[in-house]
Amino acid sequence: MMILTCPCCGVTGEETEFHQGGEAHLTRFGPGSSETEFHDYLFSKENPKGVHLERWRHAYGCGKWFIAARNTVTLEVYGTYAAQTTEPPQDIKDTLSAKVPGWSWREFA
Amino acid sequence: MSNTISALPGATYEGAVRVQEMGLCGMISLRGDHGDEKLISAIKDIMGTVMPGQREIVHQDERAAAWMSPDELLLLLPYADVRDALTRLETALAGTHFLAVNVSDARAVFRLHGGSAREVIAKLCPVDMSPGAFGPGQIRRTRMAQIPAAFWMPDEDSVHVVCFRSVAQYAFDLLKQSAHPQAGVGLYA
Ligand SMILES: [Zn+2]
Repeated sequence: MMILTCPCCGVTGEETEFHQGGEAHLTRFGPGSSETEFHDYLFSKENPKGVHLERWRHAYGCGKWFIAARNTVTLEVYGTYAAQTTEPPQDIKDTLSAKVPGWSWREFA
Repeated sequence: MSNTISALPGATYEGAVRVQEMGLCGMISLRGDHGDEKLISAIKDIMGTVMPGQREIVHQDERAAAWMSPDELLLLLPYADVRDALTRLETALAGTHFLAVNVSDARAVFRLHGGSAREVIAKLCPVDMSPGAFGPGQIRRTRMAQIPAAFWMPDEDSVHVVCFRSVAQYAFDLLKQSAHPQAGVGLYA
């Protein structure tokens, strides 16, 4: 069971109040992109054992989307942040570096 | 003209607390920019309240304005006053980006009254209901067993719960079970 804090309404709630929404920081490829790009956008998802950046929705609360940095093995939540960003904010990166030295996730480290 | 009725007219249960379906309650879902001057003054004029802060509910006589999300309010008012309030909102907010919808008949509202109202909710929702964590003046949207619900405390011994009308019977049954006189655990006693 994870405890998540929604950055949109400030509620700290348990996992069942939220819904997981897949990998964060996706770059969309649509009309005009190559078949490989479109295929990778749809199907080639990160599935790490360890640090993961993931979209979550406060489904039973304010209804908003946000991003959580968490660990898929220990279920530790390192932090949550606004969905309106293309990369994890510096404080989240700092927390990850302090707790998981040498972490990396796609192009972030 | 057909007779408007609430989801479970007259439904009551006397247990550890009194559970009562509140009948027809006026509710307006209002989306817009909470910082917008027009919106703030419209709330002041029509509801008589200040703009609620994050997860707050502000009462004024029979009316209340509740913070639902960073861009959504729930306005509570007498059922008969909704149409007038909507007209006034639409006039006051003309030209701004907003949405105001009458959701009165889409919802059901229950009132819990009694000393263990906090405990009845705590058994159904993943929320810390201890007096230091939640109390009058706040609103909490959450999960009540398998359904979305929101609640607030008009006073220390009462909780008002709102849910979708389609699950009103389920919500009432849950509340009855949680308020069963022999199901008390004395968590906040
Ligand atoms: Zn939220």
